[in-house]
Amino acid sequence: MSLAVAFGALLAGVVVWGLLARRLTAKPWETPGSPEDLAAGSAVSLPPAKIGLWILLAVITSLFGLFISAYWMRMEHAHGDWTPLAVPRLLWLNTALLILSSAGMQWARGAARRAQADRVRVALIAAGVLAWAFLAGQLVAWRQLSASGYFMANSPAIAFFYLLTGVHGLHLLGGLFVWGKTVVRMAQAGVELLDVALSVELCTVYWHYLLLVWLVLFALLLST
Amino acid sequence: MAYVAIADRDHALHDPQTFITKYIWSQDHKVIAIQYAITAIGIGLVALGMSVLMRLQLGFPHFFSIIAPNNYYQFITMHGMIMVIYLLTALFLGGFGNYLIPLMCGARDMVFPYMNMVSYWVYLVAVLVLVAAFFVPGGPTGAGWTLYPPQAVLPGTPGATWGIILMLLSLAIFIVAFTMGGLNYVTTVLQARCRGMTLLRMPLSVWGIFMATVLGLLAFPALLVSAVMMTLDSVAGTSFFLPAVVSMGQPPTHSGGSPLLFQHLFWFFGHPEVYIVALPAFGIVSDLLSTHARRHIFGYRMMVWAILAIGCLSFVVWAHHMYVSGMNPYFGFFFATTTLIIAVPTAIKVYNWVLTLWRGDIHLTVPMLFAIGFIFTFVNGGLTGLFLGNVTVDVPLSATYFVVAHFHMVMGVSPILVVFGAIYHWYPKITGRMLNDTLGRIHFWLTFLGTYAIYLPMHYLGIMGVPRRYYAFGGTNFIPPSAQWANTAITISALFVAAVQLVFLFNLIWSLSKGKPAGSNPWRATTLEWQTPDTPPKHGNWGARLPVVYRWAYDYSVPGAKEDFIPQNQPPDARIPAGLEHGIKP
Repeated sequence: MSLAVAFGALLAGVVVWGLLARRLTAKPWETPGSPEDLAAGSAVSLPPAKIGLWILLAVITSLFGLFISAYWMRMEHAHGDWTPLAVPRLLWLNTALLILSSAGMQWARGAARRAQADRVRVALIAAGVLAWAFLAGQLVAWRQLSASGYFMANSPAIAFFYLLTGVHGLHLLGGLFVWGKTVVRMAQAGVELLDVALSVELCTVYWHYLLLVWLVLFALLLST
Repeated sequence: MAYVAIADRDHALHDPQTFITKYIWSQDHKVIAIQYAITAIGIGLVALGMSVLMRLQLGFPHFFSIIAPNNYYQFITMHGMIMVIYLLTALFLGGFGNYLIPLMCGARDMVFPYMNMVSYWVYLVAVLVLVAAFFVPGGPTGAGWTLYPPQAVLPGTPGATWGIILMLLSLAIFIVAFTMGGLNYVTTVLQARCRGMTLLRMPLSVWGIFMATVLGLLAFPALLVSAVMMTLDSVAGTSFFLPAVVSMGQPPTHSGGSPLLFQHLFWFFGHPEVYIVALPAFGIVSDLLSTHARRHIFGYRMMVWAILAIGCLSFVVWAHHMYVSGMNPYFGFFFATTTLIIAVPTAIKVYNWVLTLWRGDIHLTVPMLFAIGFIFTFVNGGLTGLFLGNVTVDVPLSATYFVVAHFHMVMGVSPILVVFGAIYHWYPKITGRMLNDTLGRIHFWLTFLGTYAIYLPMHYLGIMGVPRRYYAFGGTNFIPPSAQWANTAITISALFVAAVQLVFLFNLIWSLSKGKPAGSNPWRATTLEWQTPDTPPKHGNWGARLPVVYRWAYDYSVPGAKEDFIPQNQPPDARIPAGLEHGIKP
């Protein structure tokens, strides 16, 4: 739980400090004046959806941070019932798929910046398909584990394996929903690249983030 | 692109045409706010009714047998959970947050109106799932609002089969709704303020709601994590929280789980939750005091910093709810220390409220009465909090009525007084009509004095050692018969207080059509929501042009000014030099 404390304090501190601190020392009662001379210091030039996504990522970080600290605490409090999990080897392949998927997103984002609509389409679809393949791979890993007789009730490590992969998969599914909407919009006639550029960028950020979360979770499962 | 451009951008506002899009599937923050408020107050009345029944049972154990002994915990559980989460959290953030943030920041709406609408409907689903628990076999869960395992999911606890699942499901749905709303509130405050509205020109109401939302966004995941894991324990046979327990003579079905882990997760959410409710109340009460005392808030910057400090500290005090669970003494020392430290920024706020009143031109309007009532009640509840923050004092008092009195004073009555004050204050803007003043005064005095008649005696009962959570006290030797007289008196006061809320409800409905027309700015306030072209504000809030802000929110009684208030959107006057109005030499 010390993890959670450090994390919570750090996160709250960073968010508050980074966003607000330099503007929290003004003396508002002294400065009735035109808004123009104040606007310069306080402009934030990001689209709201982007800010919204970053805040959502903070929330998801909180969620996974707490799952991970629950994992640690359950392991430490275990009264001899914690048997380490034999991580299915398939997960290495899945990890590679997710890395490729993230790379594909990055490719789409770069192409969108260079205004190459065809490449955006190819890269976006490739990234999505790879992400679906990752999810399918995770399901196969689940099946492999349950086929060898391990399910949630057997041991806490296995229960956590299903729980963490499941929650991560659900978040990826949410990303794939937005991905699907973006692909459909790109396929429509008369849609400018500019209209989907923001969606592509937000998907890319989200994909990289979920890759990071997965790498942390995978390292956790491997090391304990 | 400057941040103001987003609010000012000339996008289609999808002006609603039909009754349904205007009032039901509405994306207008004001309608959503009212939907949130009505739902929250509705479910809150259910919880109020439950507390009346509990009080009747405790006060007159021989006359009434409304509640069977095995149902008593269900009443406690649902009363607590509804009041804390489904009423207070939803009302302050979904209700006041939705209504006030765009209007006070000078925006046309929330930045994601569609998501805002979905947030309300998902919240409604959460409430309906919660209510459904009353009708399933076994009834709602009786695990206490903290839902501690293992008893929450073991047979023997009421509602251990269906009730607990529905409760956890409802909480998970609520968290989804809150996250959608919360993303909106935070992004709107950061991104959609009108020109000139710097962070330090925002009214403290917005600051309080903003910080509470940040806390909620980071803390509610802890509740979600514990709800998911407990559901799996209950349904899938995992052992996250459940140790090996021989229950009802059956061999243990779980092994090795850690109930303490649940408590840590729950209170990592649960303590910030206290401030999720308190910070909006702090913010709103600051604005009420300043407006009705016709004086700028004392120490505005310090108030903002205190809100931020309380927000950060609230994440490192959670284990003070777990002293009786047993912990390493150094651990207890750490949490007792942080708990006492958090009293410092809180005390700064109380001093600043009092100093705002000092030499103010105090108008004892109904909102002002509630605001002053809040200061008294909050100080009372806060001081007993200092008792309970210390491990050695908490351990003997923890299971007694002292704790009930403490948290009802600080977390029940205090925020509710602010809710009432805020409703009397903003009702004229929301509906265009004033609430009836006489009924308001009756409502205030009976509620304020009545709650003291309820909760002050409970402190004494607690110090005597009368245990909380008990359905009846039976032949307990250390409890003198006079404790029962106190209980009866408390019940009578509770009935009065509950009845007076009907006067308030009547006032709300009656004034809707019969109230005195309010005009656009009946309290002569400076903040932007009172400067809208229409009252109630129309869709889009500001007509053709967004307001421009030139000053902070507290220019009251400025020497040399024509009126005793200067709205935030009034351009500066060369005849009144900056800073002079507050005695600062230019």
